Amino acid sequence: MALLEASALHASYGQTRVLHGVSFAMEEGTITTLLGANGAGKTTTLRALCGMVRTEGEVRFNGARIDGRATEDIVRLGIAHVPDGRGTFLNLTTEENLRLGAYSRKDRGAVEEDLERVYGYFPRLKERHAQQAGTLSGGEQQMLAVSRGLMLRPKLMLLDEPSFGLSPLIVKELFGILRAVNERERVSLLVVEQNAAMALDLADHAYLIETGRVVLSGTADDIKRDDAVRRSYLGY
Amino acid sequence: MSRRQLIVLVVVIAAACALPFLVSNYRTFQFTLVLIYSVALLGLNILTGFNGQISLGHGAFYAIGAYCTAVLMDKFGVPYWATLPVAGAVCLVAGFLFGLPALRLEGLYLALATFALGVSLPQLLKYHQFEKWTGGVQGIVIPKPEAPFGLPLKPDQWLYFFTLAVTLVMFALAWNLLRGRVGRALVAIRDQHVAAEAMGVNNAIYKSLAFGVSAMYTGIAGALGAIAVQFVAPDSFNIFLSIVFLVGIVIGGLASISGAIYGALFIQFVPNIADEISKAAPWAIFGIFLIGFVYLMPLGVAGALRMAVARLGRKRHNF
Amino acid sequence: MDAFIHQVLAGLATGGIYASLALALVMIYKATNHLNFAQGEMAMFSTYLAWTMVNAGMGYWPAFLLTVLLAFVLGVVIERVIIRPIENAPVLAVVVVFIGLLVIFNSVTGWIYTYTIKTFPSPFPKEPLFGQKYMSSHEIGAIGVTLVVVLLLYAFFRFTPLGLAMRAAAQNPESARLVGIRVGWMLALGWGLAAAIGGVGGMMVAPIVYLDPNMMGGVLLYAFAAALVGGIDNPGGAVFGGFLVGVLENVLGAFVIGNELKLAVALVLIIGVLVVRPSGFFGKVLVTRV
Repeated sequence: MALLEASALHASYGQTRVLHGVSFAMEEGTITTLLGANGAGKTTTLRALCGMVRTEGEVRFNGARIDGRATEDIVRLGIAHVPDGRGTFLNLTTEENLRLGAYSRKDRGAVEEDLERVYGYFPRLKERHAQQAGTLSGGEQQMLAVSRGLMLRPKLMLLDEPSFGLSPLIVKELFGILRAVNERERVSLLVVEQNAAMALDLADHAYLIETGRVVLSGTADDIKRDDAVRRSYLGY
Repeated sequence: MSRRQLIVLVVVIAAACALPFLVSNYRTFQFTLVLIYSVALLGLNILTGFNGQISLGHGAFYAIGAYCTAVLMDKFGVPYWATLPVAGAVCLVAGFLFGLPALRLEGLYLALATFALGVSLPQLLKYHQFEKWTGGVQGIVIPKPEAPFGLPLKPDQWLYFFTLAVTLVMFALAWNLLRGRVGRALVAIRDQHVAAEAMGVNNAIYKSLAFGVSAMYTGIAGALGAIAVQFVAPDSFNIFLSIVFLVGIVIGGLASISGAIYGALFIQFVPNIADEISKAAPWAIFGIFLIGFVYLMPLGVAGALRMAVARLGRKRHNF
Repeated sequence: MDAFIHQVLAGLATGGIYASLALALVMIYKATNHLNFAQGEMAMFSTYLAWTMVNAGMGYWPAFLLTVLLAFVLGVVIERVIIRPIENAPVLAVVVVFIGLLVIFNSVTGWIYTYTIKTFPSPFPKEPLFGQKYMSSHEIGAIGVTLVVVLLLYAFFRFTPLGLAMRAAAQNPESARLVGIRVGWMLALGWGLAAAIGGVGGMMVAPIVYLDPNMMGGVLLYAFAAALVGGIDNPGGAVFGGFLVGVLENVLGAFVIGNELKLAVALVLIIGVLVVRPSGFFGKVLVTRV
């Protein structure tokens, strides 16, 4: 049984339909990336999975339907969403942001453990733990957003353009940590990215979305070698 | 206006003229009050319904108009009919002046500022420095006008016709104003003020004028009210008067001229019926209707009627 | 000089009550961006509930606590049932609903309890504390109660997970949902707390102005002025504003404009702050200009 499965997913903002029957699936423990140009519908796909837009079609998590449910209930099933724009609580401290990530968890003791672990991945956050989150740099806020997601101890983490606005060096660091998290803690990742090259290096599988439809799918290696993708998205 | 609408209007006016001869004195008086409230509601509607500026303190302009009339008649012997233009002019200026600082206030904050005005008004009216003009807490009593030129009309009937004439004039003016460019500008400012400004509508002038005209209408209603009730006193102009006006335009229909009449009928007659249950009942009913209408009939009675008629397959212009 | 000190101290006492109500107003504003015009009447209604209990023989403090609890529940219910459906409605619709609530609470209270004025007990002794002549024990007690409420609230928001969640939900509802916070219930909780605080304010003011369905009209106006002066989105500012407005009201009323025009102080403050400096002393809110 796939961890996450979307079937014929449509999504609309008001009267405008943005997704036209997107279907894909993810196995547990894998990293999948959704690629596409600006406006293709990648962010909308993630939002649709979390119930943040009006949808038609089915979404299943561990076999159970989650479409039509409230965002906060979907999150409580173990799906962390690192949104586009990071969604930081700017007026709260770094540590408060992190603790909020664990808000819905019942296992209080393990939360402290996870906090230490997250500080282990991102020592800079530990340094700034009492600082107001709005004063962190872009890269630090991205690390904070990812860490907040990890504090949920999720089974699945959705990341929306984690490389946005970050220098290549930091992106490399971040993606390295994402891979470590995936391998060590068996957190499945669904990563939406415009930076196709780095995403395809990280992921096991990939889907290409154009104007609200899946136009190509396969393993990351296959997609990397695809001519059309190489020309349009990888630049060579 | 379509021919059908014109016919309806003529019939209604004819019925209105026939009314005082068909019902008791007391009923005639009640309908006089309905007319007065409809002018007041039309005033509030111009500001809040058409132009989107929320006023929770319109009772203040009603009070100013009423006191103008009372003071002019009582202290200066001005005949009742001559006090109306004065009351109107004073309120036009007062409204415009209040509208100027109000330009900087968006929805909620304007509601708060006008709410503050409405709540503090009775205290302002009772202020002892003004007492020799306003009559202080006891207020001022004014005599009822008699029919002129020896017309064979009882005072209540004459009052009714006088009020009816003024009401018709005020409604005609408003209809003319709101139907044309001014009306469209007001609505444009209400719905999309940034776009309106970009299209060349001078928001500041229109909004302040809307305040002024709106105050003028409610002030003239207040003047008529003083003449009808023959009495002004500070405690009749508390926040609940402003709230009554709000009830009237919500029930009658925002941004609707005919809505002013439906609303006036509601606020005049519902308390009469409800009073029999309990003294507190009218307000409980007003409150429930306010909330109920927001959920169920946000366009008010006028809007509901409009939709019902449209659904019956006939065309109807915005009235 | 004595008279001045007396006015200032009495002003601090009423100021504490304004601060309580202003705090309630700010809480709801921060969470929902709405001004609760019905806050005063809700507080008044809660005070009447307390009166009923005390009259039935319950001790003051048990009645006090039970009233706070009932007020809390009332706030939660109103948010869930009446406010929730119009969360995204235009401003005018929301204002109309709040006015509707104001009117319903006022009239229902008048219906049940009639409009005759009643006395409401104070839990503090009748003799002035320490035999001094500046403040009655109730006035000192009211300030004390206000400070306790403010401290408890501060501790709740600063140190508890639920308080943190409420702050998060108010600041960024979408992100709050993404960490599993049930934002709707956070709003209801905020309303409950605001109603409870308002109830405390009502019970503190009733012994001074006597219990009557219209007792909170002026108080609400002062509370609005206080909230604006302090900054409509700043709870600490609301407390500061409350004490400031209380003192101003008393001092200006006694020495400058006379007691009759005291409400005008609130009116001038409200319009003045809105026009000159809408964010008050400590607020961050930007009132958009046309």
